[in-house]
Amino acid sequence: MEIALLFLPLLASIISGFFGKLIGDRNSEIITSFFVSISAILSLIIFYNVVVNHYSNNIILTSWINSGTLNVNWSIKIDTLSSVMLVVVTLISSLVHIYSIGYMSHDPHKPRFMAYLSLFTFSMIALVTSDNFLQLFFGWEGVGLCSYFLIGFWFKKETANAAAIKAFLVNRVGDFAFALGIFLIFYLFGTLNYSEVFQQVPKIIQDKIYLFGLHVSSIDLICILLFIGAMGKSAQIFLHTWLPDAMEGPTPVSALIHAATMVTAGVFLVVRCSPIFEYSPLTLNIITIIGMTTAFFAATVALVQTDIKKIIAYSTCSQLGYMFIAIGVGAYNVAMFHLFTHAFFKALLFLGSGSVIHSFKNEQDINKMGGVWKKIPYTWILMIVGTLALTGFPFLSGFYSKDAIIEFAYLRGNTVGYYATGVGIFTALLTSIYSWRLIFKAFHGTYNNSKIKIDEAHESPIVMLLPLFVLSVGAIFAGFLFKDLFMTHGNENNFWGDSIKFLNPLSSDHPPLWILLTTPILAILSIPISYYLFIKNKEVLIGFVNLNKSLYKFLVHKWYFDEIYDVLFVKSSKKVGLFFWKIVDVKFIDRFGPDGISGLIKNLSLKATKFQSGFIYQYAFMMLLGFSALLTFLILY
Amino acid sequence: MIEIGLGHYLTLGAIIFSIGVVGIFLNRKNIIVILMSIELILLSVNINLVSFSIFINDLTGQIFALFILTVAAAEAAIGLAIIVAYYRNSSSIDVEKIDSLKG
Repeated sequence: MEIALLFLPLLASIISGFFGKLIGDRNSEIITSFFVSISAILSLIIFYNVVVNHYSNNIILTSWINSGTLNVNWSIKIDTLSSVMLVVVTLISSLVHIYSIGYMSHDPHKPRFMAYLSLFTFSMIALVTSDNFLQLFFGWEGVGLCSYFLIGFWFKKETANAAAIKAFLVNRVGDFAFALGIFLIFYLFGTLNYSEVFQQVPKIIQDKIYLFGLHVSSIDLICILLFIGAMGKSAQIFLHTWLPDAMEGPTPVSALIHAATMVTAGVFLVVRCSPIFEYSPLTLNIITIIGMTTAFFAATVALVQTDIKKIIAYSTCSQLGYMFIAIGVGAYNVAMFHLFTHAFFKALLFLGSGSVIHSFKNEQDINKMGGVWKKIPYTWILMIVGTLALTGFPFLSGFYSKDAIIEFAYLRGNTVGYYATGVGIFTALLTSIYSWRLIFKAFHGTYNNSKIKIDEAHESPIVMLLPLFVLSVGAIFAGFLFKDLFMTHGNENNFWGDSIKFLNPLSSDHPPLWILLTTPILAILSIPISYYLFIKNKEVLIGFVNLNKSLYKFLVHKWYFDEIYDVLFVKSSKKVGLFFWKIVDVKFIDRFGPDGISGLIKNLSLKATKFQSGFIYQYAFMMLLGFSALLTFLILY
Repeated sequence: MIEIGLGHYLTLGAIIFSIGVVGIFLNRKNIIVILMSIELILLSVNINLVSFSIFINDLTGQIFALFILTVAAAEAAIGLAIIVAYYRNSSSIDVEKIDSLKG
């Protein structure tokens, strides 16, 4: 069953990718959707088994590397953590596959698109089911590669190509640190298998490693390197710049890769390595700080963006920040819970925005929408469900998971925890304001699109609405249904089993009532506030913007991250590259190397052809000269 | 009275040979001159052969000279035929213009 779960998407990808032209668009759509759906059903069965029977298994497919002490297997490891991830990945993936049939209906390269999606699903499953760091890295790179393919799917669009390269390069920074972390793990433990590594962690707590003239605790170093890898994949601040640009890809891709699955790989990595991270309080504090900075930063930027997908992309970035806050305060299970619920409502929001974009015939600017909620009622309702879930409206899924993060941050009881609580609450307010801004601007108010008449805005086909509907069910009920399962820990409910390690049991105190109440109240209050600001009385906002021009500019330019990186890295490396190209390569290597030698030979042979004058008397003369020289030689010696 | 010995014959042969050789590559005008020069070279060889034959009292050299005369006649005939054929094709037997062997 597990083997089928892993290889069905790969098979679908091969069929659709290599034989797509042979079997036709429709068939490849059906085959990929069907195979991935089977995977989704299988993973639901496995999840059920895990929940009810505490099923766990580690299937070793084959040995991969067997060299000295380095023994690495291809494996499928099923435990609580991977089964949760499997459900998220395959379920969202199958829904996105089905949705893509509708969304990509006008695209000429459907089989290729479906093949990439399925290949991505395979890589992601390989990532979450690995039992060692190397297979994890394989999946990690696999999803990065598919992300590159899919962001640059519309390869005729120059911005899409640039975004794809950017995503790949920024991820490379994180991956480099991740690879170094893996090397260090092998150096210290002599193995890459999770179980063996995690067993030995307590033995090396005191170990120091000599690095750049400093004695660094080796466990801190491992954790920081792994976390930098996670930052790259999960678009945390400093390495987040690729995520908003990645929205150049088709919307289903954004929903699957850049909201629900791939970007959560970083969260998964840290949770998977909780037995290591638990021994490094320093790294946990860094994670909290990075997480809350990202959450706050992304939320502020999302406030002023006008591209519907970029708003949601920054929202994703912000929610990932929340997950890292949860990890940083030691509440790994809560991070997984938020990951789980977030996958539903964020995929819902993305696919919903895709539906909006589809209705407006590829218009993404929310300033050019508005007033169409009656024309596309289903999309409107589903988007509102997604927004309510995201903002943490009481009893929807985001309410349980996000509030839990804020509570556990508070219960951590240290300075960083309190800061994280404050930032978390404030960011929750920002979250609901930008989310409602999106809804009100896109669906309400006056109709602002001059290109398309309002009558032409149309509801999406059923094949697109059906996945949205399934996701909205998840967005509403996932939190309520699974909160007890995911959140409780300790003896009474051993759901997580060995897959997450808590060095010290999480505090089971109840946080003060005001903390519990603040976020939902803010979430509810922000609805009328946003309505007032974005529909009723726009002058207030315009006046505010005019008063704080520099702040507004700062946010519109996304805190100037792209500009700073452009100066620091892009321009300087371009200069270095130009130097090596124009001076070193052209002027030295080419000049004396290939160009020099070929030029020399060309000149020599041009001279040699002069001998071939074609005049017989010259040939005869030469012959005679040679002959007499030969004779002279023979006679003299 | 100077005794005419082998050396004189060989010198004569060498002079004629040199005239022939120089005639081949100093000649810029007429291809027939080249043919004539070749004849000169062959003649000088004949002189050599005959004089050696007499000097060492061996008839082989003189017979060989007869053969060479035959070959020279055949060669002259073929050479002239080629020149005629060439003239028909390119209406010129100017040595300067025959350079189709040029690479």
